[in-house]
Amino acid sequence: MRIRIKGARVIDPGNFDDKKDIIIKNHLIEAIVDPEDNKSSIDVETIDAKGMIVVPGLIDIHVHLREPGHEYKETIETGLKAAARGGFTAICSMPNTNPVNDNSQVTKFIINRANELGLSRVYPAGAITQGSAGRTLAEIYDMKKAGIVACTDDGKPLENSNLMRRALEYCKGLNIPILVHAEDMSLADGGSMNEGPPATLLGIKGIPNAAETIMVVRDILLSELTGAQVHFCHISTKESVEAIRQAKKRGVNITCETAPHYFTLTDEDAKDYNTNFKMNPPLRSKEDKKAVIQGLIDGTIDLIASDHAPHSKIEKDVEFDRAAFGIVGLETSLPLSLKLVRDGFLSMQDLVNKMAKNPGKLIGIKNDINPGNIADLTIIDLDESFEINPETFKSKSINTPFGGFKARGNTFLTMVNGKVVYSR
Amino acid sequence: MRFGKKDILDIKSLEAHEISLILDTAQGMKEISERPVKKVPTLRGKTIVLFFQEPSTRTKLSFDTAAKRLSADSISLSKSSSSIVKGETLIDTAKNLEAMNPDVIVLRHSSSGAPHLIARRVSSSVINAGDGIHAHPSQALLDMMSIREKKGKIKGLNISIIGDIAHSRVARSDITGFSKMGASVSICAPPTMIPMGIENLGCRISPSIETCIEGADVIMMLRIQKERQGNILFPTEREYADLFGLNKARLGLAKKDVVIMHPGPMNRGVEISNDVADSENSIILEQVTNGVALRMALFYLVAGGSRHADSD
Ligand SMILES: [Zn+2]
Ligand SMILES: [Zn+2]
Repeated sequence: MRIRIKGARVIDPGNFDDKKDIIIKNHLIEAIVDPEDNKSSIDVETIDAKGMIVVPGLIDIHVHLREPGHEYKETIETGLKAAARGGFTAICSMPNTNPVNDNSQVTKFIINRANELGLSRVYPAGAITQGSAGRTLAEIYDMKKAGIVACTDDGKPLENSNLMRRALEYCKGLNIPILVHAEDMSLADGGSMNEGPPATLLGIKGIPNAAETIMVVRDILLSELTGAQVHFCHISTKESVEAIRQAKKRGVNITCETAPHYFTLTDEDAKDYNTNFKMNPPLRSKEDKKAVIQGLIDGTIDLIASDHAPHSKIEKDVEFDRAAFGIVGLETSLPLSLKLVRDGFLSMQDLVNKMAKNPGKLIGIKNDINPGNIADLTIIDLDESFEINPETFKSKSINTPFGGFKARGNTFLTMVNGKVVYSR
Repeated sequence: MRFGKKDILDIKSLEAHEISLILDTAQGMKEISERPVKKVPTLRGKTIVLFFQEPSTRTKLSFDTAAKRLSADSISLSKSSSSIVKGETLIDTAKNLEAMNPDVIVLRHSSSGAPHLIARRVSSSVINAGDGIHAHPSQALLDMMSIREKKGKIKGLNISIIGDIAHSRVARSDITGFSKMGASVSICAPPTMIPMGIENLGCRISPSIETCIEGADVIMMLRIQKERQGNILFPTEREYADLFGLNKARLGLAKKDVVIMHPGPMNRGVEISNDVADSENSIILEQVTNGVALRMALFYLVAGGSRHADSD
């Protein structure tokens, strides 16, 4: 039994940008053929993708799955269904579950559960320190054997600079990247949104840009000191973008991501104490948003990740300063990012690099459309016009600021391992 | 003129003509407080819940007195007597309060925006009695009432506000209200206490207390709250008083008939010297008197005033 994806434009930067049909056999890409080529048409199931775009499977490098421990917000199953609907064939799960993914038992639990489900793939990130408490190193090698692809204490920074240095050296030896949640907690000082005029107007305690950038700069220096690979999560400030741009010019071994909300919204959109506009780092100013877009354009920002952070009403239907940070993103990331293409900031190739190829590179996945490769593919309908409706989310949580947002372009079909895991 | 608002949440959501209506109504209410029998039946049968999640003796007493003078039944809930300490959410608490069918809920809360959250969920009127560092509309309104009483107007006055602007909900509401009513507002504080973009509320930042006070018609001094600030915003009260305290010498820079205000409670010898606090320019105690009248006006307008024409 074969599957033929018919009539689409195949975009795999550096490889294809052409009208091609893709033939899949079992879990592999068997052939990429011209649309007119009809020779092996027996026993073929056809996916009509006329007018659509086929790209290497999208990978979201920054997802909070909440299981084990906070299953009322999201389970591995609901999270992966949301991923599949969002067009993601793979995600990288953050370790701040309960218990924390700081040992191979938890790593194995996540991987086994994901394998049972047969939806999108999960590549877990393990904690850098035991309990992500920032005191002693976790058994990173043991977790690597169990399947982690990166290390992070995301949710909080690793404040101790010496421990960060040693963690970088240790991970360099294991050839595993560290994902940095850059935040100086003393500068953030318990703030709930960006420090600036909107926060002053609302009487909400602010978090200055420097709270992020000061740690970005520190870890650039530590990467230079150790030669270890550092990846910065959710970059939100113009100063961070500039610091990373300059460091990359010097050849420092760093990469970074931003999230769709940072190039779509600003702190002026946070009105009426709506806690769905509260995330960490916070929505920044117009200038920051512009700098983030510029960073995406010139390649300073390597990739887009959603920082999917499901929360229930218990954490969100409360006073703004008491609400949990974070928003869901798996099912809005692609449509929001496609707007960058429509607005002329990125080409479709750029976007595929930032949502499929570069994330794959970071965690060591060969994500090309080539015969013999695993058939992890995303089909995108660029023309689907719709209004984002959180009630339709596959995710267990609906904490998004994008309800009612008009969008164009969305996932048409998601294929993992030659199997359709989502189709519209 | 009708007052069409269900809630009084902050000054920025009030139009200038609504502010004038409130101040006019309050002026009428003040007369009641001067009678031998300080009580009218206007809000008889109405229920007012005073829910103070944050401790406050003065504001609560003022609202309570206002309710009683209008013959409303007031019920007080404080943090210790309510179940919020047991982990109930604010929304749960609000819904429980609403089950008592109050006409008005007066809320004091440590989180900015808490009254807005409640107002969206309950059908009772909500009056914000101070939320976090965001707003304290009844205080700003009574300040405007007191200024108008003394000066006959607000428009065109030079008003100086000095002190911890960053952590003051009174400052935010005062700046917004004064500038909305046509005053020229200048503020002064250590830069550690001036929040980013405060000018957008309608004021300018003076480099020193002297330039701030020069030619002022009104000076509003804000309380320095040591407990909130630790000592990272200013080193000592002594040094604060030296740099930003209002004393007789500095007072000479203002207009002769300058009016001195303070939302209370004062730190004598810190932000304001004894002789200035007790000088004839000071209207600090009149602010307290006007506070009751102003809050009577708010109750009347949201619970029994022109929204119910027959209650006049
Ligand atoms: Zn983070
Ligand atoms: Zn995160």
